[in-house]
Amino acid sequence: MPTSRLHSVILDKVMEEASHTKSFSFREEFPVRPGQFIMVWIPGVEEVPMALSQLGPVKAITAKNVGSSTEALHKFKEGDRIGVRGPYGNSFDLSQEHYLVAAGGTGIASVIAASEALAEAGKKVVTVFGAKTKEDLILLERSRKYGEVFIATDDGSVGYHGVVSDLALKLMEDRRFDGVLACGPEKMLQTLEGICRQRDVEIQVSMERFMRCGIGLCGSCSLDHYLVCRDGPIFKGEQLVGLRDFGHYRRDRAGRRVPM
Amino acid sequence: MVEISTTVGRLKLQNPTMLASGILGDSGDSLLRVARSGAGAVVTKSIGREPREGNPSPSLVELEHGLLNGIGLANPGIDNYRAEVEVALQGDVPVIGSVFAEDVEFYGPLARTMEVYGVQALELNLSCPHAEGLEEIAGDADLISQVTAEVKSAVKVPVFVKLSPNVRDIALLAQAAEEAGGDGIIAINTVKAMSILPEVAKPVLGQTMGGLSGPAIKPVGVRCVYQIYEAVDIPLVGVGGVANGLDAVEYIMAGARAVQIGSGIHYRGLEVFEAVCREIEAFMEEHGYRRLEEMVGIAHE
Repeated sequence: MPTSRLHSVILDKVMEEASHTKSFSFREEFPVRPGQFIMVWIPGVEEVPMALSQLGPVKAITAKNVGSSTEALHKFKEGDRIGVRGPYGNSFDLSQEHYLVAAGGTGIASVIAASEALAEAGKKVVTVFGAKTKEDLILLERSRKYGEVFIATDDGSVGYHGVVSDLALKLMEDRRFDGVLACGPEKMLQTLEGICRQRDVEIQVSMERFMRCGIGLCGSCSLDHYLVCRDGPIFKGEQLVGLRDFGHYRRDRAGRRVPM
Repeated sequence: MVEISTTVGRLKLQNPTMLASGILGDSGDSLLRVARSGAGAVVTKSIGREPREGNPSPSLVELEHGLLNGIGLANPGIDNYRAEVEVALQGDVPVIGSVFAEDVEFYGPLARTMEVYGVQALELNLSCPHAEGLEEIAGDADLISQVTAEVKSAVKVPVFVKLSPNVRDIALLAQAAEEAGGDGIIAINTVKAMSILPEVAKPVLGQTMGGLSGPAIKPVGVRCVYQIYEAVDIPLVGVGGVANGLDAVEYIMAGARAVQIGSGIHYRGLEVFEAVCREIEAFMEEHGYRRLEEMVGIAHE
């Protein structure tokens, strides 16, 4: 059966990343590139798009308990089945040599596979990771395996006291990066896009929108004329600059364009 | 050179392909993109009186020979839709406004508002198989007749009635729409269906049942168009499983003057509209047809 069709997988391991965040791994071979996403069905609850935080023969998703679906998912244990389909969407272009990976909160789960791929290819990765507080720092040990990690927290409980984009800017003033890969809150992405444009550094961001079909048909994930599921989720800065929606509007479940 | 421009009543189309309702129709930008990809017309998402969040997910999954969806008529509501129509109209192809309502009396005002927004025709969704309330209208000739008459008296643009295959006698319902003044019939909506994932012992769709589209339903659609063509004189638009030129030709030979494409975008991308047109032309050239019109309903002769 092609993996793109909805099918079930058995959870291999459930790992606690933080008090509010768990990773769920499953064994399945299918080709997937860093940045792509899958649709995860929590049977009887809901289906949600999720980045694969781990590629390779053992795949994983990482979910923070933020709503009813993730709360339901957090009750799943090793041996339970979830539904998956995909992978969908485009992927990061990792053709440069030296990258700054910028992640805000659980956004780290969408970029860590790219860091891993870069490190495996012998390329240089520096991660700048921002969170509200110390407790929100996840996948840190793994990130450190791939390169240097700098931390920013909003409350200053660890690392730089401030937002991740400020810390990213400081790093970019000291060092030259060929490219930036980013995932996190849209305001952060917008700020980073501006910084990169000014400094003439290519940025690729992983975008999030409410999704239903994941395959470019329902239109729920519209971002101006783009569909995040099909044209994205990875967008280059030059694609995003000038969009009316980027950083300003999203569409709700009814398809209404609403301010962020 | 062959000629594939066509008309559906008063509506003139540069080519016989239209975007089917429910696909990419939330946003004006997406409709515009489809128009610029080569569609001869675009149909909006079905818009109702109020914003509607739709059914619980999963709401669209790929099956072996088609797509199963239970979006449940999620839409931003008529009051929020003006800006989207205005953007879609920049595409220089007709924009057809699809509307639905829970009650007969609401169709007229909704259609009128769509007309004020600038759409060149209306499509009445009387048949979404995954939204409560609509199934009742879908199979009832009297209700179809009432809705059609209501909308006809509210607007001046052509009114097309979209019919469900999930009924006993679709031709009878088409006749009801024609007698009430409908300017054309669009057939078919999705086929009511469901799927179960055995390992988890649960229906796949959040709403349990939904509508099947894609290659699996093309023979059902062709059959319906064929039957309706024999029953009415108003023009028909075929929809259900069109992904290539020959699919379109089948519908045209059954009696359709144009076709709508939805799931076909999944199989061939937005290039499907251009591709279907080129393939229809190639077929016509090979078989000696000069104008699309010559093929309409030819299978009945």
